[in-house]
Amino acid sequence: MKVKMLSRNPDTYVRETKLDLQKVPRNYDPTLHPFEVPREYVRALNATKLERVFAKPFLASLDGHRDGVNCLAKHPKSLATVLSGACDGEVKIWNLSQRKCIRTIQAHEGFVRGICTRFCGTSFFTVGDDKTVKQWKMDGPGYGEEEEPLHTILGKTVYTGIDHHWKEPLFATCGQQVDIWDEQKTNPICSMTWGFDSISSVKFNPIETFLLGSCASDRNIVLYDMRQATPLKKVILDMRTNTICWNPMEAFIFTAANEDYNLYTFDMRALDTPVMVHMDHVSAVLDVDYSPTGKEFVSASFDKSIRIFPVARSQSREVYHTKRMQHVICVKWTSDNKYIMCGSDEMNIRLWKANASEKLGVLTSREKAAKDYNQKLKEKFQHYPHIKRISRHRHLPKSIYSQIQEQRIMKEARRRKEVNRLKHSKPGSVSIVSKKKKHIVAVVK
Amino acid sequence: METAPKLGRDVPPKKDKLQAKRKKPRRYWEEETAQSAAGASPGPPSNKKRNQELRPQRPKNTHILKKSRISKKLQVPKKPRERKNPESQRSLSGAQDPFPGPAPVPVDVVQKFCRIDKSKKLPRCRSKTRNRLKVAETEEEETSVTAARSELLLAEEPGFLEGEDGEDTAKILQADIVEAVDIASAAKHFDLNLRQFGPYRVNYSRTGRHLAFGGRRGHVAALDWVTKKLMCEINVMEAVRDIRFLHSEALLAVAQNRWLYIYDNQGIELHCIRRCDRVTRLEFLPFHFLLATASETGFLTYLDVSVGKIVAALNARAGRLDVMTQNPYNAVIHLGHSNGTVSLWSPAVKEPLVKILCHRGGVRAVAVDSTGTYMATSGLDHQLKIFDLRGTYQPLRARTLPQGAGHLAFSQRGLLAAGMGDVVNIWAGHGKASLPSLEQPYLTHRLSGPVHGLQFCPFEDVLGLGHSGGITSMLVPGSAEPNFDGLESNPYRSRKQRQEWEVKALLEKVPAELICLDPRALAEVDVISLEQKKKERIERLGYDPEAKTPFQPKPKQKGRSSTASLVKRKRKVMDKEHRDKVRQSLEQQQQQQEQQQQQQHKQEKAKPMRARPSALDRFVR
Repeated sequence: MKVKMLSRNPDTYVRETKLDLQKVPRNYDPTLHPFEVPREYVRALNATKLERVFAKPFLASLDGHRDGVNCLAKHPKSLATVLSGACDGEVKIWNLSQRKCIRTIQAHEGFVRGICTRFCGTSFFTVGDDKTVKQWKMDGPGYGEEEEPLHTILGKTVYTGIDHHWKEPLFATCGQQVDIWDEQKTNPICSMTWGFDSISSVKFNPIETFLLGSCASDRNIVLYDMRQATPLKKVILDMRTNTICWNPMEAFIFTAANEDYNLYTFDMRALDTPVMVHMDHVSAVLDVDYSPTGKEFVSASFDKSIRIFPVARSQSREVYHTKRMQHVICVKWTSDNKYIMCGSDEMNIRLWKANASEKLGVLTSREKAAKDYNQKLKEKFQHYPHIKRISRHRHLPKSIYSQIQEQRIMKEARRRKEVNRLKHSKPGSVSIVSKKKKHIVAVVK
Repeated sequence: METAPKLGRDVPPKKDKLQAKRKKPRRYWEEETAQSAAGASPGPPSNKKRNQELRPQRPKNTHILKKSRISKKLQVPKKPRERKNPESQRSLSGAQDPFPGPAPVPVDVVQKFCRIDKSKKLPRCRSKTRNRLKVAETEEEETSVTAARSELLLAEEPGFLEGEDGEDTAKILQADIVEAVDIASAAKHFDLNLRQFGPYRVNYSRTGRHLAFGGRRGHVAALDWVTKKLMCEINVMEAVRDIRFLHSEALLAVAQNRWLYIYDNQGIELHCIRRCDRVTRLEFLPFHFLLATASETGFLTYLDVSVGKIVAALNARAGRLDVMTQNPYNAVIHLGHSNGTVSLWSPAVKEPLVKILCHRGGVRAVAVDSTGTYMATSGLDHQLKIFDLRGTYQPLRARTLPQGAGHLAFSQRGLLAAGMGDVVNIWAGHGKASLPSLEQPYLTHRLSGPVHGLQFCPFEDVLGLGHSGGITSMLVPGSAEPNFDGLESNPYRSRKQRQEWEVKALLEKVPAELICLDPRALAEVDVISLEQKKKERIERLGYDPEAKTPFQPKPKQKGRSSTASLVKRKRKVMDKEHRDKVRQSLEQQQQQQEQQQQQQHKQEKAKPMRARPSALDRFVR
């Protein structure tokens, strides 16, 4: 007879002293871990609930401006530094880690229309309603010195926006035409126009750095190549575009913030159909900025809220609002992909977390592992109705909520009318225009 | 010949055709065929001796050899690092790696961890989704290979009992086993002589560390049976029908004559649950925190012990219920009835999920194995049958016992114990969780009184028996899973660990509505509601947005764009589409016919040759 009994030595399973870690032998045999799917589902449900519990995105409010904040700019080299321009011509430089204003400049008379930093971070440019372009040093003046701009350019017309080239000492302004300037010269290198209208913003492409995009009040978005004297092409939409933003990862993708409450992501190679129409806002969208990963962007709207959209989805994943935040005029996503800043009408700059439930600060390795695991679970079960409902639920202010209801009714009515028309007309006589193409009027080359 | 229940844990495939060929680099697990020839092997010293000590050699019949060769051939084609230049395999010092590439993994071990059914084709979907599915599949493959590799780290080997050639293991007495094994294991065999309080029901806690027993005449006790430390001992002064530990050893449910009571490990009565009255059998579903009770009144009641609410009370409409067991794989409750049927219940459904006619005459005992594959039943017709629970519900094995079994239990490794009067028989199969063969018992044991309750102890080679003479703890080598998972049920856990585990377990309590026959059904795509949604969308929009636009020929230059040629081109494309459709439908028809033929074939085979049709034929699907 040969016999062997299962006989464990407790010493191999129990820790020796109280200072040791507990011994945890693992066996991944599936029969020892029954109900794998239901348990993972419950874990995912718990993780989703906890995410909503911990969603506290608001971090700080930077106050100090004496009028509405009109424009924001990031510092290219320092994460903590932010510049803002207000409607009374004041420019403030902020330190985000201290949440303090470190410098105030009375830059212009009237609005500060645009602000941008030089790629090296040593100076910045502002344009204002007083028809001037000013270059300022990033560091404050020495003791006893006057606060004075490095250069001042006096123009003939009002400039409404400015953007600096990403690599070379060039910048572009917009007003009645798009001007491209050399930093050293007082006259533009070239001016480009297409029709006669006021152009509201101009943006350099961060990858193909000689490409520019601008949007004008005659409802069009115009693309330029700096190497040519004439614009490339333009697309005309239903309503005016307020600003555009290029995707920092994909050179040919940009998103336009439109007055018709929508945002349009375009592929510049095929402007006749937008890649995606992002619709969730209930009022004009005023500003848009991409995250440095190029996967998401944030938009600021006249409806007193900001929303975060994934590039590939038409619905927003997040909406931020507070009781005191008024019409949001400008928004920026910080370069470390963690925070969002927005400047609004009621003179404050607000700092938000980009991921509402993220824990700030250094995570221990176990926390990090748990976070990753929960993230994966949430991803795996995101389409389950119960989990979807919880993760999508947001509390909204009454004004926005009722507006959404109202617009849903309007949209439904429009749809019903269309269906009826389709039903009662000769087959083939009414063409079906897809949702994406509906808002494009024309593409001109 | 009767073999021990699965000897080593998946002994890696052996190779014995090597000796004739020229010398190849040999893996350390490969059987050394010619010890002398392999004297100068470059690998680490062979541990064959140790292997022999631990695992006795398999009976070397051709069948197993053939199998091993197959498994060798089937090894996962883990891409060997293909290098064009064989010189590059040499390291800087010039030594050659004797084991180039990643270590191979036996395919059957990998299969154990596979969760995706590769035989199913990927569904037709958008390329993005398809890519994601493909990535998921490769990831899954990698994980299963890694998990299979980690098997190597398992510390313990399962037990076994093997007779000398020709010796019948069933004739080996407990006393002989006790004499042969080490002291620690010998101490696991004990008898509690408790003649006074009559036949006992026993229950082990989920970790296998604690034992609770309740006697017919009111004696209830719980003890740490390994250290023999008594936790509590009380007399409830009432008949005890059944006893069961709840999720941990701190709580104890006792079905008494009238009502259901819950005691803590000090013997203090915590709850008296009057909604469950005249309970005959108890089952605890540990992942759902549900206590299932079967009562004399014919109700199956589910009590959520974490919140104290009754989740469902189902009327089985079959009279007194006194045969109940749970399927540990999917938490479905099996009830045996006096008309010979076994019904399967879930708290989410008011009707039985399945009804199986098992016996002529009442069902006396039911047991389900840990993988949820087999169900053993015994009836008043003295039959012991094993059913397949994987959808067919057909009997796989059957045998008539002289007395008929009153109690049945499966062990973690698939041993089947049956209590017949005062005799206990244990049958074993070949390998882990395989179908036990009912021919020759693996072990038998005679008790001092008729058996009243029996359960295999989890993670210990022990079978606990309650009988009218007391409690017997019987040694059954090879019955238990040798390697426990520390985060799931750890017999050596401290108090802090238990508390931590309890919180985690409560957090991931599975809702009772999710109990169904296939626990993985939750992970499958809900095609029906998807199609419903699509239909609704089309109705709402007035047209199908995903429909293919009809072909419109492009205008061509140089006068080739006449109306006639346009129509011709259009017709050409249309005809092609039509031909494709016809071809597809023909193929489908053929496939269906083949399937039908196969099914008919199977049915003909499955039908036993019988002269007269039996009454049971009505229930053959």
